[in-house]
Amino acid sequence: MNDFLAARSQMALSLGFHIVFSCIGMVMPFFMAVAHFLYIRTGNDVYKNITRAWSKGVAIFFATGAVSGTVLSFELGLLWPEFMKHAGPIFGMPFSLEGTAFFIEAIALGFFLYGWGRFNPWFHWITGVVVGISGLVSGILVVAANAWMNSPAGFDFVNGQYLNIDPIKAMFNDAWFSQALHMCIAAFAATGFAVAGIHALMILRRRNIAFHTTAFRIPALFACIAALLQPLSGDISAKDVAHRQPAKLAAMEAHFKTEAASPLVIGGIPDPVAKEVKYGLEIPGLLSFMVYGDFHTPVTGLDQIPENDQPPIAITHYAFQIMVGLGMVMLLIAVCYFVAIIKKKSWLRMPWLLRLFVIATPMGFIAVEAGWTVTEVGRQPWIINGVMRTADAVTPMPGIAYSFYIFTAVYISLSLIVTFLLYRQIRMVPEIYDIQTPAL
Amino acid sequence: MIFVVMAYLWAAILLYILLGGADFGAGIIELFTSEKNKAYTRNTMYQAIGPIWEANHMWLIIAIVVLFVGFPEIYTTVSTHLHIPLVIMLFGIIARGTAFTFRNYDAVKDNMQKVYNRIFVYSSFVTPFFLGVIAGSAVSGRIDPGANDFLNAYVYTWFNWFSVTVGFFTVAICGYLAAIFIIGETDDDKSRVRFIRKAKQMNVAAAVFGALVFWAAHAENIPLDKWMFDNPTGIIAIIAAVLSLVLLWYLLLQKGKVIIIRVLAGFQVTMILLAITIRHYPNIVILKGGKYLSLLEHAGQEKTIYSLGMALLLGSILILPALFYLLYSFRKGEAIEH
Repeated sequence: MNDFLAARSQMALSLGFHIVFSCIGMVMPFFMAVAHFLYIRTGNDVYKNITRAWSKGVAIFFATGAVSGTVLSFELGLLWPEFMKHAGPIFGMPFSLEGTAFFIEAIALGFFLYGWGRFNPWFHWITGVVVGISGLVSGILVVAANAWMNSPAGFDFVNGQYLNIDPIKAMFNDAWFSQALHMCIAAFAATGFAVAGIHALMILRRRNIAFHTTAFRIPALFACIAALLQPLSGDISAKDVAHRQPAKLAAMEAHFKTEAASPLVIGGIPDPVAKEVKYGLEIPGLLSFMVYGDFHTPVTGLDQIPENDQPPIAITHYAFQIMVGLGMVMLLIAVCYFVAIIKKKSWLRMPWLLRLFVIATPMGFIAVEAGWTVTEVGRQPWIINGVMRTADAVTPMPGIAYSFYIFTAVYISLSLIVTFLLYRQIRMVPEIYDIQTPAL
Repeated sequence: MIFVVMAYLWAAILLYILLGGADFGAGIIELFTSEKNKAYTRNTMYQAIGPIWEANHMWLIIAIVVLFVGFPEIYTTVSTHLHIPLVIMLFGIIARGTAFTFRNYDAVKDNMQKVYNRIFVYSSFVTPFFLGVIAGSAVSGRIDPGANDFLNAYVYTWFNWFSVTVGFFTVAICGYLAAIFIIGETDDDKSRVRFIRKAKQMNVAAAVFGALVFWAAHAENIPLDKWMFDNPTGIIAIIAAVLSLVLLWYLLLQKGKVIIIRVLAGFQVTMILLAITIRHYPNIVILKGGKYLSLLEHAGQEKTIYSLGMALLLGSILILPALFYLLYSFRKGEAIEH
């Protein structure tokens, strides 16, 4: 493995690891806030137990997310010094604000986790909400920084010099809103389906049914609303990408030829040499419609992009197909769930509905990973779109491959331990969180 | 605004040494506690740092963000040439943060606790050690941006007597801070005596390693003695640190002056940091061949510094009151339920 590929792999691994924990850290506090609210309002202990059971999970995920985030703030410089040297002062604004948001989150989490029975219940509740809000703000800020790499703004690039830096303009670049919106909804969908799926599995196994049924409803509702909204935000994102990064869109869609009535390709195996997609389903004109709103306007294809400016086509295309495919499945589940709660209450007791949620447990997170693959691989060969190449940004230090292997081992072990801890938390529900209702 | 940003950077480093250091020290104390007292020490420590430990480590993030936004050349030079100790420190941070949380949030308390404990105490030692190594290397004059061979560019930059002794000194300081802190967290006389003894040992260790740092600096031709003693501020700071240490030990023999004792310990560390940094201000990294990376000359453009300063000011308005209320709410004697 050469050092450049190792550096990219290590960054991808670190980001791919961190994103799971940050999604959970961003979203779970809102689920807890709902359960906590219901507890304070109704005095029903089930809600209190759900809140506390979730808060244990959040503590585990938050700590892991905090350290993996700390690692990332160093890795930017360890792996991409040339990039940080120039980009740091330009896109640093969201990071400096994120420092504050993250700090507030850590403080609020201290109050929330250790505050049971110590504060006014509503103060305690609000600290939980603050954890969620500051987590969400952190997420939006970090995504805004990433958006700047896709849509650089707030400086003039003259003869290799970065002049007239304006950090505020850089933060509010053209891509920040569409990317942040898509990410926030994705976080709710992914975390919601993951949590709902685990509780659904427990209901199907007939363990602590009252506890798990109550716990299932909160994430399921959030997840399904998010799954309905996500295609809309995806549409905004895709139009945005088509406008700003035609090469990325062309790779996502494996769209080789610029022609009128550009077809939408579903599935298939892109062949970059023959410049065609094998075995794909082509719907003529649909890509033109999705991008421009009519069936005729040609969409820029890869033939318009110089070869050395093209991203890896196959990975980008597959990742995009996976994301959209899973998004569609989650959308269908959401529709079923809404039909069930609005029209057909009897469905709610049907095992098949719960089974759908069990199947969907990992889907949101797989889609999140695939989506980030599209964003990041689709931007290649650039680290700052159109300005700096990734290969020019990498550290001169040799031997990064070894560092990548060690990081891989560390992150795999951590994932295993976190899974193990989560399994233990769930297994201990009858003893710790739901003592009143014996397991059936 | 550049001076506001510099002040924040210095304050963030100081607070990380004080709060994060005491936090690391908790693990160091646990490491050097006999088997039979370990559980008590661990529990007292957990009661004290459980709610605040995440916040203690945020100062590192603040410092690193200030560096990479405001002083990118300093950040990238250090992260390129001190890549290896930085990565080891990061593994320490990962291991420590997760082990601390895992041992408290594992729903089943079984033999896994031993694994978490072991990881926690060793990483509590390794992390501040490498932080010290990195800090020492930054001023050691060993970083050579022009070096071409692997050893000179990436290894000897930090693998030298000076950096290593600074690493040990940092560990001792962390242990000292934690021991002083924990004295105020205990009520029974036996434990108090035990923690006072721990503080004495750590104090002696810090003095010994402090002396070794000077020896190593001398051996490696680093003019550390000049930096600290050829200017009035440095001399005054060191005298103040020594006097406050004498006062601290005098007060420790009487009971009940918890806050004053903690303030004195913090004051000593502040004075040491002041004495080290004031002499070569505004230079923060000393390179090979007498070149410097300066906070004034290598700062980002004016607008960047301005918005960074505003972000820091805004942040502290939000953070500081909340942080003080957190520390106040979970002060001693308020047992935590979880």
